[in-house]
Amino acid sequence: MFRLGKSTLVAATVLALASPVAAQETVKMGALATLEGAFTVLGEDSMRGVTLALEEFNYTAGGKKIELITGSSDASPDSAIRATRKLVEQDGVQIMVGPLSGSEGLAVKDYAKTQPNVTFLNGSSAAQDTTLRDPADNFFRFGTEGAQWMAGLGEYVYKEKGYRSLAVLAEDYSFPYTQVFGFLEPFCRLGGKASADARFWVPIGNKDYSSVIAALPDDVDAIYVALGGADAVNFLTQYEQAGGDLPLIGGSITVDQTVLGSKGRTRDFIIGTPSAGPISDTWEDSRWADFVAAYKAQFPDGFPSPSLFAHAYYINTKAALLALDAVNGDLSDGGKAYRAALASLEFETPTGVVKLDERRNAVADIFLTEVTEGPDGNLLNKTIKVIPQVSQTLGLSYDEFLKYGVVSRENPVCE
Amino acid sequence: MRQFLERHTFWAITILLAAAILLWMIFAVWPEWLVSAIGRKKTFVNTLLNGITLGGLYFLVASGFTLVFGLMRNVNLAHGSLYLLGAYIGYEVAEASGSWFLGLAVAFLAIAASGVLMQVLIFRRMEGDDLRQTLVTIAISIIAADLMLAVWTGTTYQFSPPEWLFGATTLPVVSVIRASGDPVFIKYPIYRLAVLGVAVAVGIGLWLFLNRTKIGMMIRAGVNDRQMLAASGVNVQLLFALVFAIGAGLAGFAGVIGGTALSIAPGEDIRYLLASLIVVIVGGLGSVTGAAIGALLIGLAEQFGLAYFPTYGVVLTFLIMVVVLAVRPQGLMGQS
Repeated sequence: MFRLGKSTLVAATVLALASPVAAQETVKMGALATLEGAFTVLGEDSMRGVTLALEEFNYTAGGKKIELITGSSDASPDSAIRATRKLVEQDGVQIMVGPLSGSEGLAVKDYAKTQPNVTFLNGSSAAQDTTLRDPADNFFRFGTEGAQWMAGLGEYVYKEKGYRSLAVLAEDYSFPYTQVFGFLEPFCRLGGKASADARFWVPIGNKDYSSVIAALPDDVDAIYVALGGADAVNFLTQYEQAGGDLPLIGGSITVDQTVLGSKGRTRDFIIGTPSAGPISDTWEDSRWADFVAAYKAQFPDGFPSPSLFAHAYYINTKAALLALDAVNGDLSDGGKAYRAALASLEFETPTGVVKLDERRNAVADIFLTEVTEGPDGNLLNKTIKVIPQVSQTLGLSYDEFLKYGVVSRENPVCE
Repeated sequence: MRQFLERHTFWAITILLAAAILLWMIFAVWPEWLVSAIGRKKTFVNTLLNGITLGGLYFLVASGFTLVFGLMRNVNLAHGSLYLLGAYIGYEVAEASGSWFLGLAVAFLAIAASGVLMQVLIFRRMEGDDLRQTLVTIAISIIAADLMLAVWTGTTYQFSPPEWLFGATTLPVVSVIRASGDPVFIKYPIYRLAVLGVAVAVGIGLWLFLNRTKIGMMIRAGVNDRQMLAASGVNVQLLFALVFAIGAGLAGFAGVIGGTALSIAPGEDIRYLLASLIVVIVGGLGSVTGAAIGALLIGLAEQFGLAYFPTYGVVLTFLIMVVVLAVRPQGLMGQS
């Protein structure tokens, strides 16, 4: 008995010694966002989202310690590929979260096909074809995309605001194409107009909008603006400075916290601007309130309220961790079981339940919002309406949806 | 003038004709066929003014760059960082004191001082070694960009200029005559006109300084032959430090002016460095007049590109550079 006890003790000691060793085993996770260039501020908030999710899990999932390695791009596809390759091929990450910007997402999706054993989760990049056409089996998007984000806005401005003809100002790459498509498609189907002459496409990082503002037509009801980060701040100031008086309609990142929270002149004239997106700053729901509270506690010098970038990166990182829990941290089969767990994952996020469609793109709630002044003078987006469970094909079947064609400068025609 | 007329009669007539057409296009009310050919007059006049004012801003940045190069043969690739640092410092001072003008003054002085420090502590140690100096400036710009990101984060900052500089003014230029017979005048932001005014003032000031003062004479002598200038008893090191202070100070000054017209954010350093490089390549390295002409050309090209063919507008800037390099590699005003 004594002997047995002793050996048991030894065994127990060995186990006790061994188990922390097992727990020490780490999973390497890469996070990529734009920490340079025109979208720097967006990238910073994205990383806050990643940190928030990891803190929530105490940097442990499936019994393994998570080692986070960050990378930076400048919103160009080649910089995103360079940073992703470095994370995957040099640092050996098994799970990648990112990138941030639309065209980066398309490039990383193509790269993902060459790395079948690494699992890629999207950051906040929201170009349509990242998952719609020719998707990669190991690329997952738990945040929704640009056309989904516009759900309900086209109908809203046509019916409620009574706009009939619009000018469009957007950056010249895949994400704004997706947003313009998502916004104009229902608007034009109802009979609205936004002719090709009245659409202005500017390069990312453009600072001086005064000539574009001068070229905007006067005979439209409103201007739909899909610019992000510093670009949006520049446009809004210069538009006010030039004495512009047409009402604006905002793309998802044009009037979000990354723009509303910028330092300097307050832009009171954009109060009342309608927009739509995956979050709403003032949504009265305990899940969102908890998320905002956690964000504020963790990052006192962040934005007054988390941006959609923090939100998208948070959701994707959380999905990565939840699935890791589900497979007990086992990635030994090249992540096959892990990806199966991801594909069937359905979970509560700060903005409601998220699940994936068969091309691994999220189906989630979308918020129709309007810029308003918060209690302490901050500009916020207040909820007008929640559009439940918007799918990437906007309710149509996959084949039917493909008939709309690839998003581009001229899609939809809308003459 | 008369000599020019006699020698280049063809060019003189062409230039006069172009100027006359331009003036007519600005002040006359456009007939229907012109509007249908190139769009509304409002777009054209605004774009023209935008191009000129943006050129003014580019001149402020590039004049310091070209001045430093002209005298010291030092391609300061950290010039953009000085611009951005000036903007941030100016913003902090303006916010703390509530005075935009104080911010402008402090930005100029602080960046001038850091320019002197760079010259005394770094460039003096590797004098005459152009390649090493250039590489060191690249290193400085990368380090400075990361440090500024750490301090001021990626948030976009915007100055609040004095209220009387904000908003638009009505120009005495008629854009269209309404059906009722009332003329519609063109509106333009006051601040951008102020930018142009400042750029012209700085340009004239620099010209007077270089051509009418003793120090300016020394600088010009230094541009032509440094050794000879040193041999004639001039303290070249002091002169170098002074020129670096002016060049850097102008970058900091432009940071506040440009940050108010547009905005301050990470990445601006590279943008203005690139703009300065193109401006001085087109205008001719080392020539202040060249910088003015180059800045005007690039500013106009950028704005007309943006207004009339936004998607491919960027190409226009580089096309000008390519043409200049092919036809006149030393730049429009450069000495071969």
